[in-house]
Amino acid sequence: MGRILQFLYRVRAFLLFAFLEFLAIWMIVANNSPQGAAFFNSSNEAVGNALKKQADVVQFFSLAEANEALTAENAALLKQLMALQVAPDSMPLALDSLLEASYEFKGARVIGNSLRFSQNYLTLNKGSKQGIKPGMGVFNSQGAVGRIKSVSENRAVAFSLLNTSLLISSKIKTSDVFGSVQWDGGNTSEVNLLYVPRHVKANKGDSVVTSGFNAVFPEGILIGVISNVEVNKKDSNYLSITVKLSTDFSKLSYVYLVENTSFTELDSLYKQSELTNDY
Amino acid sequence: MTIKSLLPYAFLILILGLVQLLFLKNLALFGHAFGFLYLLGLLILPGNLKTIPLMLLAFSLGFVLDIFFQTIGMHTAAATCFAFFKPIWLKISSPTGGYDEAEEPSLSQIGLGRFVTYAFPLLFLYGVVFFIADQWGTGGFFMVLSKSFFSALFTLMLAILVQLLFFRRKRGI
Repeated sequence: MGRILQFLYRVRAFLLFAFLEFLAIWMIVANNSPQGAAFFNSSNEAVGNALKKQADVVQFFSLAEANEALTAENAALLKQLMALQVAPDSMPLALDSLLEASYEFKGARVIGNSLRFSQNYLTLNKGSKQGIKPGMGVFNSQGAVGRIKSVSENRAVAFSLLNTSLLISSKIKTSDVFGSVQWDGGNTSEVNLLYVPRHVKANKGDSVVTSGFNAVFPEGILIGVISNVEVNKKDSNYLSITVKLSTDFSKLSYVYLVENTSFTELDSLYKQSELTNDY
Repeated sequence: MTIKSLLPYAFLILILGLVQLLFLKNLALFGHAFGFLYLLGLLILPGNLKTIPLMLLAFSLGFVLDIFFQTIGMHTAAATCFAFFKPIWLKISSPTGGYDEAEEPSLSQIGLGRFVTYAFPLLFLYGVVFFIADQWGTGGFFMVLSKSFFSALFTLMLAILVQLLFFRRKRGI
């Protein structure tokens, strides 16, 4: 018995090493499971504040650019508003539920962002107090950005589109053929459009937009432009399509969040019909 | 080894950690070479600091970085592994007979050649563990190796540069 204890004492460093590695691997696994509780992340108050201070400094230098983008977008919105505004001599029309707005929009600022890993996340400066909920879609004036993963009181963490575990339901705008967009962990300006069957004609330069099937994004938010089409080498029934992202992930500063207000209804409908909708 | 003699190292690790968080966070040369400069703080800890406290230090350091980087567990796993092999490799890579436990394995103390042979394999090991954790199931093994190699090279260059610029005076430890 004494010798066993002696032996264990001699290899105590290795035992501690094994234990700590086990702990670290457990953390990796727990954090990456989609429903896993994210205890330690940057939606934590103290960490969030530190990140915000850093973002304050960094984003000061890109203020001009951000302002320009906002102005351009305001102009575009104004134009749409003018087109929609009813002339004063017309009758108001009661809209039916078909045209009822089922999306709500919010704005937030990106205070933490990464590009280098295969699981990249964004940290936003708003949280549950400001009405942010897990599952909301994130986009900016350039295109889709990601999806909210978890929220705390004043901060939120979102999957970036540059996260290999995020799939976004999308379609080719010209042909309405749908597939899923997923990043492969390589080039940060390109993603892959998966599950497009071989008979479909996809051309370079076609734009790829969100499909609206996934209850996260409304239909038609730009993801990118097709930059390469070839037959999938692993499974020749499908095309392998490369999409050049329209969003510049290295310069994210302000983003919009969108919530599908009819999500609960959709979700219960899916449950009823025993479908899984992995948004 | 007293608490007081460890203070300069604690200060150095704090500074390097801040640099890592504020400047090296999103820096990756050609998308391949990442700078893990904070490891310099662990590298130059003297050889008579035992493995267990070193590992606990590396674990907590990695954990703090992970929280900020949204990479829970990845830096932690890699830094712990790094700390476990550091004393072993320091002993192996030192010339026989000329090994002084209390010596600080920094550039000015052990010279360029020995510093490179001491630091590079450890940094490479760190990279391998880190990128395997990062690319689990997605990237190929070749990608892991090339990223680890270039990251180790880049980190080594940064570490040498920092030591040349800021460590010129022999510190009274």
